[in-house]
Amino acid sequence: MFKKFIRKSRIKSPWLLHYDCSSCNGCDIEVLACLTPVYDIERFGIINVGNPFHADILLVTGTVNLRNRKVLVNLFDQMPHPKVVVAIGSCALSGGIFRETYNVLGGIDKVIPVDVYVPGCPAKPEAIIDGVVMGLDKFKGKKAEEKSHAG
Amino acid sequence: MISNTVLVISALVAGPLLGGLISGLDRIITARLQSRIGPPVLQPFYDVIKLLGKEKMVVNVWQAFCAYCYIAAASISVIMFFLRSDLLLILFIQAVGAVFLVIGALSSTSPFSQVGAHRELLQILSYEPLLVLVTVGVYLETGSFKITTVYSWSEPLLLKLPFLYLVLGYALTIKLRKSPFDLSTSHHAHQELVKGLLTDYSGPFLALAEIGHWFEIVLLLGFCSLFWATNWVGMMILVAVTYFLEILIDNVSARMNWRWMLGYVWAMGLSLSLVNLIWLYAG
Repeated sequence: MFKKFIRKSRIKSPWLLHYDCSSCNGCDIEVLACLTPVYDIERFGIINVGNPFHADILLVTGTVNLRNRKVLVNLFDQMPHPKVVVAIGSCALSGGIFRETYNVLGGIDKVIPVDVYVPGCPAKPEAIIDGVVMGLDKFKGKKAEEKSHAG
Repeated sequence: MISNTVLVISALVAGPLLGGLISGLDRIITARLQSRIGPPVLQPFYDVIKLLGKEKMVVNVWQAFCAYCYIAAASISVIMFFLRSDLLLILFIQAVGAVFLVIGALSSTSPFSQVGAHRELLQILSYEPLLVLVTVGVYLETGSFKITTVYSWSEPLLLKLPFLYLVLGYALTIKLRKSPFDLSTSHHAHQELVKGLLTDYSGPFLALAEIGHWFEIVLLLGFCSLFWATNWVGMMILVAVTYFLEILIDNVSARMNWRWMLGYVWAMGLSLSLVNLIWLYAG
């Protein structure tokens, strides 16, 4: 019964960590727009925490390249299980218009496992909220017992 | 003896329940003040239960030990308040808990956690003398540090100790982590120190720190209730108005730096207490 309660609480209180790989800031502004009174995602218990130790959902915008892949992997490893990764915008999905560039690795799924893909250039705030809600469903298949690489 | 056991259990249950509900209401009122709708009133409970179910990830064992010590001290101080024990003793136990939280943060090498811990120490340095002065004022008026005596006092202490109530308000604002004194860590969106003091506490240990904070909210509002102990209605109104003012101050003020906090809180707190104590002594 307590497990059921924890599962419900997980869905009711997803804390976000937003990492900007090397985005043009279009998607970042849309992510921040979700926090404003217009969308007010705190209604759903969502908080933008800015600390991987406290986060449940990792939002990634922008292309991953040779320089920032380490940072991305590090942030992902520092998040305690269970965790969900949401890729936002064309660049995070596939590299977008930068995919042919010499230092770009492609989508962030080349580096860390992605659960939800939110397309758009930039992605709309409604689409981002939808993506996060889809990510909440993914918690059902995840366990806290999984061990992290770093810790 | 049996009534004492009942009191201990009710303190252990009521502490987190009341504290969680108060912070839930706090979040809703804060959201309304910012023209948002805000989370459901049970949101703090969802947060804490979720954190309890997360993976245990500790920077080192001392941090976990300190988190347990903090919640133990915070809960013992609330239990002693419910048992109507000695005010000074309660203050000292609460201070031990607060220092353990700082030691836990200092045990990690993260600069955010370190700076947050140092700022928290300065906050403790600012509010502890004020809390002691408030209890001294209570002692000078009632002739006892015992809560039993204060609760059986025939007239409200607020009428005799109005300035000391303001001083308690400063301590309350610092302790509830409200602006302009939310230097070491804050409830709101991330600040310059990420999460400051609590940066390296994660999962279940962050939940322990949060529950400890609920206990402390209840303890401090209990301190406020001492000032109108003659009837229940007056006490509730006083505590509710005080907490609402705290939320209002939190929303209208910006975060200041520690130099300003130490100077301002000590200057205002010490002079207000002195005026009140002289008035009490002369009157």
